[in-house]
Amino acid sequence: MPENPKHILNPNNWVTLHSDYLFNYVITRVDNEELAKDIVQETFFSGLKAQHNFRGQASERTWLISILKRKIIDYYRKINSTKGKAEIKVNFYQDGDRKGSWLEERVPKMWDNEAEKNIENEELKVTLNNCIDNLPEKYRMVFVMKNVQHYETEEICNELGITASNLWVIIHRARHQLRKCLEDNWFAK
Amino acid sequence: MSKLFVSCEEATAICNKNQYKEASFWEKMKLQIHLFICKKCGLYSKQNATITKVCNRYLDSDDHPHTLSEHDKEIMQHSIEEKIDI
Repeated sequence: MPENPKHILNPNNWVTLHSDYLFNYVITRVDNEELAKDIVQETFFSGLKAQHNFRGQASERTWLISILKRKIIDYYRKINSTKGKAEIKVNFYQDGDRKGSWLEERVPKMWDNEAEKNIENEELKVTLNNCIDNLPEKYRMVFVMKNVQHYETEEICNELGITASNLWVIIHRARHQLRKCLEDNWFAK
Repeated sequence: MSKLFVSCEEATAICNKNQYKEASFWEKMKLQIHLFICKKCGLYSKQNATITKVCNRYLDSDDHPHTLSEHDKEIMQHSIEEKIDI
């Protein structure tokens, strides 16, 4: 036992003191209540198992958050390796003479002028959210952290354990899919 | 220095990065040169700006903190107590 630790752990009070804070932290990142609940629960379980590693230097909450962050990275790695295989459609020739040029069927179509000028429409908001929800999870997660939560690029990279160039590839693909989805369901339909 | 002429794929990638004002000076140069010669990407770029506007208009984190229901908390509390007892 360390002598006079500044902070002590009291697992009996974790739910009362920290569950809402942790839940809120996760949900701004994964945007799924059930999943967020599971991650919070797992964090508490891991905390219980790792109690002996707590040296009392950080507050109980800070310590729990550090465990929670690991859980979020683990989750991201999981979707990145499994479900992430459900890839986004390719938009450009990948090899040959025309490498990097638009595939014919993916070239942007002309949009309805009125629709493009008039973006004040609650139904557009619904369509936008549907299009975002249809993104593969790893793309959706990064896009939401960047566009909804407005996290800095560096912060997202640190939290998910990815490089800035990974992040831009993900954003690039997500936005291509989003543009196409909004084209098909709103601007050019 | 890397090449001045980029493919559509690279140009749209820069265009996307630029929506967050994070493209470098050289990247923006390459994008402008590409847009000057490529109508398809010109259209993409214009539409992409609209998408950014739509996102800025409709996507915003709500400031209400998310909370767990009392029921969920009870379940969590219970399962923690079970583990402590072991």
